[in-house]
Amino acid sequence: MATERATGRPRPLSPHLQIYRPQITSVLSILHRATGIALSVGTLMLVWWLVAAASGPAAFASAQGFITSWFGLLLLFGWTFALFFHLCNGIRHLFWDAGQGLEIKQVYASGWAVVAASGGLTVLAWIIGLAGRGS
Amino acid sequence: MKMRSSLGRVRGLGSAKDGVSHWWLQRLTAVALVPLCLWFVGSLIGQVGADQASVAAWLAQPCPAIVMILLAIATFYHAALGLQVVIEDYVASEGLRLVAIAAMKLACFALATAAVFAVLKLAL
Repeated sequence: MATERATGRPRPLSPHLQIYRPQITSVLSILHRATGIALSVGTLMLVWWLVAAASGPAAFASAQGFITSWFGLLLLFGWTFALFFHLCNGIRHLFWDAGQGLEIKQVYASGWAVVAASGGLTVLAWIIGLAGRGS
Repeated sequence: MKMRSSLGRVRGLGSAKDGVSHWWLQRLTAVALVPLCLWFVGSLIGQVGADQASVAAWLAQPCPAIVMILLAIATFYHAALGLQVVIEDYVASEGLRLVAIAAMKLACFALATAAVFAVLKLAL
């Protein structure tokens, strides 16, 4: 373009995430995609676990050994949050698809509700899971 | 102002040539995954610390086996549709995009098959 040559500067490209102040709408939208990708990777763990269970005690022990390592537990905690977030925000998306809750005030309120619900459900699931481990 | 031909309108397939089927199947699998995921998390909490024998015994029952297979199918279908959009958004080269989507879909299909087979082996 002529202007580009005249100024010698690259023209701004869109979307240009760096110059926008993060807002709950954009952050949750990005997080929805990020958790979706993370959960897709998590399916590898699920398939490993299922195939190991079908293969026998030795294979299952090595899968279980990875899951119960500190790194495995860290991944599992991340996937728990990713699952609850994607689930809760997915329900929010389904309401939008039905034409509900599209006023800006409602969008902000449902966004914070999703954050609270996914955080709360993650903590709850781990409390119940860790409590059940002892019995 | 109508910008589309009558034939194009009645076919309703748009520029992607598959109409709203991608959008619709993503929602359909999403709705199915709401109860399936809640069951999944609840069930996994019940299996914390379980050994191979008890996990095998659990999945040998018809109901857990059926629901786990439904979860696997819905999950990999939903993942394939979602990852396809991600690849379409970020891979600019048309050839690479085609290869990436094909590889991703084959991987989803293979993983779904592995999950279903594993459950069936324990259940049957």
